[in-house]
Amino acid sequence: MPIRRDDRDRYVEVELRRGEEPLWLRCGSCGELVFRRKLQENSYICPRCGAYFFLTAEERIAALVDEGSFEDLTLPLESDDPLSFSDRKPYADRLKEARGSTGLSDAVVVGRGRIEGRKVILAVMDFRFIGGSMGIVAGEQLAFAMERAVEERVPFLFVVASGGARVQEGVLSLLQMAKTVAARERLAEAGVPYIAVLTYPSTGGVMASLASLADVTLAEQGALIGFAGPRVIQQTTGEKPPPGFQRARYALEHGLVDGVVPREGLRQELARLLRVLEGVPSG
Amino acid sequence: MADENVIQALEDKIAELRRLVERDGVDLREELALLEQRLQALRREHYRGLSDWDRVRLARHPGRPRGLELVIRVCEDFYELRGDRMGGDDPALRGGLARLGERPVMVLFHHRGSSKEEQRACRAGMALPSGYRKAARLMRLADRLRLPLVTFIDTPGAYPGVEAEERNIAGAIAECIATMLSLSVPTVAVILGEGGSGGAIALAVADRVLMLENATYTVISPEGAAAILWKDATAAPQAAQALALSAPRLLELGVVDEVIPEPLGGAHVDPEATAQVVRASLIKHLAELQALPVDRRRHLRYSRYRNAGSRGTKAKAG
Repeated sequence: MPIRRDDRDRYVEVELRRGEEPLWLRCGSCGELVFRRKLQENSYICPRCGAYFFLTAEERIAALVDEGSFEDLTLPLESDDPLSFSDRKPYADRLKEARGSTGLSDAVVVGRGRIEGRKVILAVMDFRFIGGSMGIVAGEQLAFAMERAVEERVPFLFVVASGGARVQEGVLSLLQMAKTVAARERLAEAGVPYIAVLTYPSTGGVMASLASLADVTLAEQGALIGFAGPRVIQQTTGEKPPPGFQRARYALEHGLVDGVVPREGLRQELARLLRVLEGVPSG
Repeated sequence: MADENVIQALEDKIAELRRLVERDGVDLREELALLEQRLQALRREHYRGLSDWDRVRLARHPGRPRGLELVIRVCEDFYELRGDRMGGDDPALRGGLARLGERPVMVLFHHRGSSKEEQRACRAGMALPSGYRKAARLMRLADRLRLPLVTFIDTPGAYPGVEAEERNIAGAIAECIATMLSLSVPTVAVILGEGGSGGAIALAVADRVLMLENATYTVISPEGAAAILWKDATAAPQAAQALALSAPRLLELGVVDEVIPEPLGGAHVDPEATAQVVRASLIKHLAELQALPVDRRRHLRYSRYRNAGSRGTKAKAG
């Protein structure tokens, strides 16, 4: 039976595991081996089962901006492990590993690009980097990106993929919520539009700060959007979350987002929105 | 180090004897004085070497002065204002007008409730979206009436429930942070007990952040961190240590501006004395803030949060 379009979201699996080789990826959902090139053409949606593969920041950027238009502006910063945090493993080692495996300095990539010709300043999170968690460096990159958008009077686009604040930097991570909100106030005062795209997952501290304060908020189909995870909810309250809970369609039904967009249509949707916003900010 | 259970047992014993004195009029003054002495000695020994985990437990102590009780001791004429004007009123996050050292202020505070029934209604101080929306409303009102804002923080975190999610708890917290950062009036936050993650920072982005000696302020509960990072619930004491959630550590890190000392044994030993120290400190900070021109105050607040933690970064290697 065909799935009604409106319900499709509830059937989108988003896979955070993806087996990787240089030429192919394995779908964590159905196990299918898919050639990288083919997957790329298919917006990283499994051709066999329809699951969405998670996207690295680089893949996300490539999927959204005009070819050759991206300029990386990410500040050359790294976490200095301010609490000298260690759990079963020192945070310093986790950082080193994350840097090594992603080639990134932290969880946010900032840049300038064009979407169907229209300029944007983008900040894109990479879930591979300690769950896309927001620590001091991520907070710094986001604030910097918004300041750039104010300076250049260009819309700010934030693509969220984060489980929340980075535990290993303690309250200093919590304070990044304040930092990003402070920077967003300047953006708002300048009348520069801010568009958020929520993907799987958009939860915790990032959601309870910058990600909830956009002028226009879109959810990618299948996105997970919320504050507390279903496990915490169940443990603390005994409530059993209903089917589809915290997913994109559910967020739309509860008035949390302006629209739900399938991944393959996201770039066009953003182009359409930027076209409508042509001339904003004015002057 | 003296055992907390021994201290607790002694506290209970003394309370019991006091009841006996009251009820039957038995003269136990000498015995009580001896026990009190012993208790003080134990406390002194115990509180010399408090671990962060000990502080977590003190911050959660059932006798710790909480929300309404403390506000009434710190301020005069608390006049409660209720409701978010959007369909709800949350008893876990309360606020209203009050007078503090001869001047009117707006106060906001988490409330855990004292009776069992009230505690249930307050969900142990875990506020709902309607609580944070009420808080944002009262913040805007404070700005309109030019009233300094004082917040008292004591929450394990925002309420993690299905309905809270449906009513956009994340957005309500974000709005609260944005509103508090944008105020023209002086703002002071006091972390009284537990400063639990997003639910706490929603009221904590103030010009001055004060913290009681045994309060905690953390991105995640030690139990939560233990479960996620140690994969072991019994690692909570280690997690408490690693998270740097205690007042002295947060003073070092520049997250809080002042640690407010508690009576020996903790705030619960003498709520009135605790309240008076809080009160004096608040009056001092409000006077300092009031002396600054609005633009200067706002600028200082902006830079404080814009640069939060920036010392914890370094230039990329290579």
